[in-house]
Amino acid sequence: MTLPFAIIAGLTVGSAVAAMSLRNMVHCALSLVLTFAGLAGLYLQLNAEFVGLTQILVYVGAVSILIVFAILLTRSTEPKDEPSTVTPWVGISVAVGAFLTMALAVLASPVGKRIAAPAPEVSVKTLGQKLMTDYVLPLEVMALLLTAAMLGAVIIAMREKEGK
Amino acid sequence: MAELFAKLDALPVTLKHLLLGLLPGATPEWLVAVVSAVLSITPILAVFPLMFALTTVIERKGLGRIQNRIGPNRVGIPLTDIRLFGFGQFIADGIKSLIKEDVVPRAADKVVHFLAPIALLIPVLLTYSVLPFGKNMVPLDLPQTGLLFFFAVGASTELSVFMAGWSSRNKYSLLGAMRAIAQMVSYEIPLILSALTVVMIAGTLSLPGIVESQTELKFGFLYTWHLFTPWGLVGFFLFLTAAAAEANRTPFDLPEAESEIIAGYFTEYSGFKFAIFFLAEYLGLFAMCGLGITLFLGGWLPPVKLAPFTWVPSWCWFLGKLSALIVLFIWLRGTLPRLRTDQLMGFAWKFLLPMTLINLVVAALWHLSANSIPLVARWPLCFAMLAIPYWLLGRGFEAKFTKREYRFAN
Amino acid sequence: MSPLWCYLTVSALLFCIGLAGALTRRNAIMVLIGIELMLNSANLNFIAFWRFSETPETQTGLMFALFSIAIAAAEAAVGLALIITIYRHFRTANVDKVEEMKG
Repeated sequence: MTLPFAIIAGLTVGSAVAAMSLRNMVHCALSLVLTFAGLAGLYLQLNAEFVGLTQILVYVGAVSILIVFAILLTRSTEPKDEPSTVTPWVGISVAVGAFLTMALAVLASPVGKRIAAPAPEVSVKTLGQKLMTDYVLPLEVMALLLTAAMLGAVIIAMREKEGK
Repeated sequence: MAELFAKLDALPVTLKHLLLGLLPGATPEWLVAVVSAVLSITPILAVFPLMFALTTVIERKGLGRIQNRIGPNRVGIPLTDIRLFGFGQFIADGIKSLIKEDVVPRAADKVVHFLAPIALLIPVLLTYSVLPFGKNMVPLDLPQTGLLFFFAVGASTELSVFMAGWSSRNKYSLLGAMRAIAQMVSYEIPLILSALTVVMIAGTLSLPGIVESQTELKFGFLYTWHLFTPWGLVGFFLFLTAAAAEANRTPFDLPEAESEIIAGYFTEYSGFKFAIFFLAEYLGLFAMCGLGITLFLGGWLPPVKLAPFTWVPSWCWFLGKLSALIVLFIWLRGTLPRLRTDQLMGFAWKFLLPMTLINLVVAALWHLSANSIPLVARWPLCFAMLAIPYWLLGRGFEAKFTKREYRFAN
Repeated sequence: MSPLWCYLTVSALLFCIGLAGALTRRNAIMVLIGIELMLNSANLNFIAFWRFSETPETQTGLMFALFSIAIAAAEAAVGLALIITIYRHFRTANVDKVEEMKG
């Protein structure tokens, strides 16, 4: 484990814990942004420059904005001192159990011991060519999905007309 | 003679290598990297804030002239009678903002309120790291993802604006932040799409690579700036419009419209924090202008490859073009009135977005027809393909004035 | 560079933090944030496995991560639109209070 990795990983995990446990929801959203940025840092460390910057552009630039807008639009009448959960221990124990299972599997597997090969040559050009040749069908499906999601989101959130 | 000018051009790079050479031979590798980074960062941190300081004075003087006033003309060198036409004003402003009381509202979310200006300034400064300021003068060369880095880092300023507006617990702050975010999200799409045409033609996301793609010569002396093509001309103006909106400049300065919502999202900031917001806003504008120069105006290239133009160092060309664009923005601020919110959104989605999409198609056509259609026919054809939609789309935005009737005066 | 298990452990931790949040928080937006965290941890796995694979030049992991980012963006948009509509209808975003269909 190297020092940069430890710093970024600690930041990511710490802010993720904060994002799920703070009481003020805007603080949660802001910590979540830190998690996204930390993940982008991990991607950059793994030589996935393009994906890392896309992660910042999409998550820090767009998804987090959506989330804070939604928080502001739905928050005003919530009572302040309402407990955020009824029985947290069930959920937390399920999550801890899942983590232990996964961690044991990772540590026991020989794949986990693998050391990285020298950094692969990745160019955005080949990535684009792959998108246009091998992955053209998923790309088109994705375009359709995004269009449908946009239309759907607009229609769902549109205020219903009076008298309908 | 030419060698001397070449040396002058490479002066910052040679200076850096000279300073790096002063390190003792036993210096560990990571320390050399750190020193090298510091040497690259220091000039940026020196030049651009100074440029910001001068711009504030020039802007106040220029706006004053436009509005038939004189503007600041008193402060010169401190403790002397030298006035320098008021160009010492920024020193006085800086001292004032440093020693003013820093007021934080009692209801404010203290931590977020404190972090917002920092979270705004850091991404703005980071965008400078990929701009090529001159030949071989790019602090961080990302050959695969330079432009994406610029946009990704630039997009994270929106969140800082939200942090500032939300944490102040002031309705004007929140309104200003909401306006700013809605505006920045909407205008980011035309901004990126208009920059995408250049990426498509140049075939690279690297900003130095994009400058390199404009080094070909036309007629033996004219550099092929992307501005000199129909899609580049239109793309540049689309880019400039979207950049003005991203940087909250008039006519798109609704987030801080002082007659409506005081100062927008930084209403509750005073003293040095206010100065940081001010600085970040101007630095963001400079970075956008720098990107526009790199993409469309040939970066650090002179317009023509003829003797007196090539003597000027490349970084002087960059700074000169940057100053010209800043003056253009000051002029626009003195000329144009502010838009209304619905006009702002309508303009982004109904005019800029279709125009950038059409521009993308025209750029592809321009590229593909390079060998089949002669230039004389290609230029008017492509330009017409852009001018007609411009006219058609623009018709919807003409003011619908009817003849005013005066019911009682007649 | 750290070996693969470091990245996988971080990813597993993030997934479980997201899972715990999605299971325990009662606000619909917080549940959505938890799901986003889980999606992101899966992305980290894709990138890590791509980087440590024997044939990284095929770029399959990168492609999968890119598509998954796009899907997550669409999911967030639709999910938040739904939450806003629910809020308008029930005046609350608490998932326990939205129980009109309960028999």
